[in-house]
Amino acid sequence: MADHILTQNLALDQEADRVLKAQRRRQIIGATLRYGVLTVVGLFMLYPLIWLVGASFKPNSEIFAGAGFIPDEATVAGYVQGWQTSTPYTFGRFFWNTFLIVVPKMIGTVISCTAVAYGFARFDFPGKKILFASLIATLLLPNVVTRIPQYLLFRDLGWLDTFLPLWVPSAFAGDAFFVFMLVQFLRAIPRDMEEAARVDGANTWQVLLFIVVPLLTPALISVCLFQFMWTMNDFLGPLIYLSSVDKFPVSLALKLSIDTTEAFEWNRILAMSVLTIMPALIVFFVAQKYFIEGISAGGVKG
Amino acid sequence: MARLQLRNLEKDYGGFKAVHGINLEVADGEFMVLVGPSGCAKSTTLRMIAGLERITGGEIRIGDDLVNDKAPGERGIAMVFQNYALYPHMKVRKNLSFGLRLKRRPAEEIEQATRDVSNILEIGDYLERLPKQLSGGQAQRVAVGRALIKKPQVFLFDEPLSNLDAKLRASMRVRITDLHKQLKADGLQSTVVYVTHDQTEAMTMGDRICVMKEGRIMQVADPVTLYNRPANAFVAGFIGSPEMNLIDAELSGNRLVIGTQTYDLSPDIMARLSPKTPKGVTLGVRPQHFAVVGPDAENALEGRVSHVEFMGHEVYLYIRIEGQQIIAVVSASNYDRSKINGDLIRLAPQPQSAHLFDRQSGENVSLADIQ
Repeated sequence: MADHILTQNLALDQEADRVLKAQRRRQIIGATLRYGVLTVVGLFMLYPLIWLVGASFKPNSEIFAGAGFIPDEATVAGYVQGWQTSTPYTFGRFFWNTFLIVVPKMIGTVISCTAVAYGFARFDFPGKKILFASLIATLLLPNVVTRIPQYLLFRDLGWLDTFLPLWVPSAFAGDAFFVFMLVQFLRAIPRDMEEAARVDGANTWQVLLFIVVPLLTPALISVCLFQFMWTMNDFLGPLIYLSSVDKFPVSLALKLSIDTTEAFEWNRILAMSVLTIMPALIVFFVAQKYFIEGISAGGVKG
Repeated sequence: MARLQLRNLEKDYGGFKAVHGINLEVADGEFMVLVGPSGCAKSTTLRMIAGLERITGGEIRIGDDLVNDKAPGERGIAMVFQNYALYPHMKVRKNLSFGLRLKRRPAEEIEQATRDVSNILEIGDYLERLPKQLSGGQAQRVAVGRALIKKPQVFLFDEPLSNLDAKLRASMRVRITDLHKQLKADGLQSTVVYVTHDQTEAMTMGDRICVMKEGRIMQVADPVTLYNRPANAFVAGFIGSPEMNLIDAELSGNRLVIGTQTYDLSPDIMARLSPKTPKGVTLGVRPQHFAVVGPDAENALEGRVSHVEFMGHEVYLYIRIEGQQIIAVVSASNYDRSKINGDLIRLAPQPQSAHLFDRQSGENVSLADIQ
């Protein structure tokens, strides 16, 4: 009897063991397959970027010799010569110009969009619906159609060949997307905290500054990041409004090195391209946490 | 003097009238509870007192000041919100002192006030924590502390305990009542307006209770009066647990006709009825005010027991009398199954505890001296 039970138990154990092993094997195969596919697709998508970095260290003659990204004779000549540029200015000047556009634009955007979004999300005023609808409507408007009227306007203001047309509109909440994003974020934040602050004696601006802005921080960081990246990458705006080389931002300066030399020095262009994407990449990775928190609007603890 | 007066207070949401001109006076140091089912505008009323909701008619006076157009911060009130509404990015210390810092009080005063309040509410250990690191009860105490530190003329509570579990709620109830008594004993401002939908909270905490329904005040009275002398069928049904049985009946001479049965009214009640009392009435008897009687007892109502709930010290009997569902609560020691014949039972309402309501208006017609 006891023997019988023992054998039965043993058989059961073996069976369980077998099932467990099969399960583990399936898991391993599944994981390998999953990560394999992800790696291959990821590499495929990243390859142009990897190639860019690799090629920037190649001598000019080697760049179009193959699709491989590891340079045969690594050299930093592209960086050294590219930095000098074919103009009287170094590439540092162009970075500085970009900085002069990006910083006021970011600061202006954050302040103006917060104020406008706060107004739309928290107050009732006559014409609110129509105003908000027209704000959203500008989101749908292609940029191109407003280029010419805008150009004429800025020309009459005497702003051509200055940085003003590039950041002033944003400093007056001209970027409907950010206003919309902040409004959505604010709508998900309960009003109790603001009401508590009002009972505590805060006026509207104090509520905005001491309560709403801290709660909005993740969203504001996203706004800054978006604005930073989009401005860094903006080519058309500077191309239209800036004509003096000494005011060019990096996006135009890159094009410049293609224009002015007859035989393109591809390694210089690639080297400077790598430098150009660096700030955006670094900022993104540093602020990634907030960025994701900010765009997944509504993820606010109540 | 921190008296609070509401006169013909109205709130109109673009065509929808939420508050219909209510009049209420809360005496200095009084603990007034606004209670009613959801949608009765009790919270709206409180928010109007706080200044968070604009009023569309009438006036609000705190002390002797008309505060209709004053900002919430200038009204001398402090409010405790249902979900605490602590500032999530500030530590408890900053949460407590936010109001004082806005008023630019001297640092020593703020420090002293924070210490006093945290001692009273026993939150001294959490001063350096963020709100998300607090439990519900702790957060609630901080929210109360934030109100207390301002030394307001009137405290406003908006269902402050409804997010807490039952046990914590009971202890917070005692804590808030004690705090009120303490403030009063110390001669500090202690007028309270407390909103709740929970009648137990209302009955246990309030000096007086204001029962509201659909933007109107149904009765304002102390808990004992409210329980024993409800002004109308709504208050009768709302206060007390389980709620008062309301049995439709026809008045015929000095007796009530309920379906095929009759019930003789006591001379006591008859004396209080006016000749104008309509025929269509509702007999109101609290579940606790029934006696289970034998088959030959006089003046009892017969019904069929549909369900019995044993609660330990008492028994809830669900009975149908002439098609109307009622509940009778009898003490478990007196509960005698043998008195139930099959599932038929005879109940005698205690004559002095029975009420008669006008079925149309809901007014209590058996209370001659209550308006």
